[in-house]
Parts: sequence; C-alpha cells; structure tokens
Amino acid sequence: MNTTTIILAAILGATVLFVLYLYNSLISARLRVKEAFSQIDVQLKRRTDLIPNLIETVKGYAKHEKGVFEKVTELRSDLMHAKTPEKKAEVNNMLTDALKSIFAVAEAYPDLKASENFKHLQEELSDTEDKIAYSRQFYNSNVLDYNTKLQVFPNVIFARFLNFKPAEFFGASEGDKQPVKVSF
Amino acid sequence: MNLYNAISANKWKTWIIMFLFVVFITTLVYVMSKALGLSAIGISGMALVLAGFMSIGSYYFSDKLVLATTGAKEIKKADYPAYYRAVENLCIAAGLPMPKVYVIEDRSPNAFATGRDPKHGVVAATTGLLDMMNEAELEGVIAHELSHIKNYDIRLAGVLAVLVGFVAILSDLFVRASLFSNSDDNRGNAVFVIIAIALAILSPIAATLIQLSVNRKRELLADASGSLLTRYPEGLASALEKLAADHTAPKTASNATAHLFIENPFDNKKVKNMFTGLFNTHPPLEERIKILRSM
Repeated sequence: MNTTTIILAAILGATVLFVLYLYNSLISARLRVKEAFSQIDVQLKRRTDLIPNLIETVKGYAKHEKGVFEKVTELRSDLMHAKTPEKKAEVNNMLTDALKSIFAVAEAYPDLKASENFKHLQEELSDTEDKIAYSRQFYNSNVLDYNTKLQVFPNVIFARFLNFKPAEFFGASEGDKQPVKVSF
Repeated sequence: MNLYNAISANKWKTWIIMFLFVVFITTLVYVMSKALGLSAIGISGMALVLAGFMSIGSYYFSDKLVLATTGAKEIKKADYPAYYRAVENLCIAAGLPMPKVYVIEDRSPNAFATGRDPKHGVVAATTGLLDMMNEAELEGVIAHELSHIKNYDIRLAGVLAVLVGFVAILSDLFVRASLFSNSDDNRGNAVFVIIAIALAILSPIAATLIQLSVNRKRELLADASGSLLTRYPEGLASALEKLAADHTAPKTASNATAHLFIENPFDNKKVKNMFTGLFNTHPPLEERIKILRSM
C-alpha cells in the first residue's frame, strides 16, 4: 500500500464515522422534537375535552348567544382534525380568541359568572392555556436544537442526503408575541 | 461549564465521593480504634462494611432522610393550587417528569430540591416562602429548584448531606469515647492518639469544605438555567431580594442540610454562628441578584 491509498482510506473511514455519528444524533434530536410535540398534544386534547362542558354550562344561562357557540364548536372540531404542527398552532390560536368571546358574553350574565361550575371550567381552561404556552416553549427549543443541527456546516451537506427535513415551530398567537429579552 | 458537562460531572463526583467516603471512614475508624487501644482490624473491617452500606444507602435514601429532618409534608394539588401548578407548568417547560411536591411548616422563607434523579425528584418550599412570593417570584424559585433536579445537583447534594453528617457524628463519637475511656486500661498508641485527635477535629471541617466547594458554582448555574425556563430573570432576582431582606430564623435546617436550600438558611443576620462567615454554602445573594439583573 502506498501513502496515497492510506490517506484516502483514512479520509473515507473518518467520513463514514462522522456520518454514522451525525445520523444517530439527528435521529435522537428528531425524536426529542416528536416527544415534545406530544406534550403539546396532551394539553390540546385537554382543552378540546373541556370545551363541550363549558358550552353546556354557558348555554344553560345564555341560550340565544348561538353564534359564539357555533364558532367555538367548529374550531374545536377543526383542532381535533388538524394534522401538522403549523395547522394545529393556527387553529389553536383562533380557538383562544373564540373562547375569549365566550368569556366576554359571560360578563353579561351575573348568575353564570357566579356559578361554581363555570368558575371551575374557566380556571381549568386558563390553566390549560398556560400549559400550552409552556409546552410550546419546550417544543420550540427542541425544534431550534434540531434545526440548528441540520443547518450547520458540514452537517447540512449530509442531512439532505440522509433525508432529514427541518421541523416546524409551533407559532404563538398575536397576543403572546411580545418581545422577550433574554441574553446570556 | 455547560449543562451537559454539569450533569455528567455531577454523576461522576457522586460516585467519587461515595468511594472516598468508604476509604475515609475505614481509615478514620482504624486510627481511632488504635488510639483507643481496641482491636483495629476487626473494628475497621466492620466500619468498611458499614460505610459501604451507608454510601449506597445515602444514594437511595438521602431524599427521605432530608425530608424527614426538615419535617416536609407531601401535598396535593388542592392544598396549594398555585404552587402545585407552577411546578407542573415549569416541568412541562423543562421537559421534566412531575416531581413530588412538599411543604414545610416554617415562617422562614426557603426552598430546596432533592431526590437521586429527575424520576425521583422532590421540590419543597416553606409556608413562609409561599406566603411571601408573588407568582413570578415563586416561578423563579421553582425554576431554580427544577434546574437542580435537571442538572443532577440533587443526587450529589443528597449524598453529601448524609455522608458529611455521618463524618461529623463519628468524630463527635470518638471525642466522647476518648474522654470517658479509662486511662489505666488504655493500651492505645500515643502516636495514634495524636493522629486520631487531629483527624477528629479536622475531618468534619474538611467534609464541610468539600460540601461548599461543590455547591457555590452550582447555585449560579441553577439561577441561569432557571431563568432560561421562566424567560424572566427578574422574577428570581426579586425573590432573592425578598429573601435577603427577610430575617426570620429557620426552624428546620441544620448544618448538614444547609447547602440544599435556595438560600443559605444560616446567613449571618439570622443565626449567630462563628462558622457562617467563613463557610458560606451559597454565593452572596447580592452577587446572584446582580448577575440575574444583567441577563
């Protein structure tokens, strides 16, 4: 064997090792993204479970506010059928706004506002909303990690070849988009 | 030191400390039994076995011991909903499993985390802390504690708490035993007596110094990673400010568990203790607040 063959073999060997390592680390990063998204799903599911109860309770006091109920019911079923993170985020944000209108309607009905059941549901829903925000934060930081791994050099050359695609961020609603300054 | 280095460093340090503890105790007992004129090999053999069990036991049971000595009680969501919810939310943000949540009946505000890994995590806060803090401040404190869990600081700290405590008890035991032993009967070697007395005095101090060196940097790291969870360093900064201003004496902390808390329970203003100035388990609160405010 001459020197050139040895050098070529070494380069080839190093490349294979690097690709193996890259493949494994991308797989685990992608799994973490998936796992993090299932956390959001748990909270979205809890939200869709709470909505029928809320509508029943509000209907008992405010029958003729039909428009609001229909809107929420429709968005709820859209959310249950949404597939991609992008779509889910979009519908979820619309649902947040629609729920706000239900709570605005409730302002006009003192009996409803005083009802224990309604108070409890309102609390549960606002807790779920908080938890969606926190799980979104965890998901997005995992997406950031994964996408960064995909796009830095030299990973970017191999990632496309290994068929890894960047993950989508779970977007915040307009109201949540206040700038947050964190610097280290 | 980044987070992943911190985690593996903590795991390694725990093993090293458990091993050193066994070696140290066996040596200590050997020297002491020589000094007291007892059969050194037999007793130090027993000490070796006992220290081995202690070491392993401290790994598995330090959290229960810590909770028992601080008198913490486990709570349900309905007991302290705001506190429980803050823990739930921040766990989601950190990607941690839900720890057990405890409360300590104590007017002095403080909090700590324990357990051997995130799956066996425990977060505890005093009633004083829960009364005093607003939502953002409480979240800041809890995020700090959850960071200790995530970084495996809790494993190292728990093992240290038990082992350092044991060294202190052992030295104390020797000092008493040598005071009461009959001098006519004493077949002990004079050289060993001197070494043993020196060890009895120095070993608790050495153990404490190890405890401290392990701890200070970790507090700053937990402050930083906690802020990354809440995205609001000011919450923790203002919580620490309240802690700095508070002078209620703690009921439940002891020297062995001091390093577990978010704030040193024995700061100079609270308890007059000649050691506290020299032996701080925590960086000064003012410094921590300054760092948080500059984030």
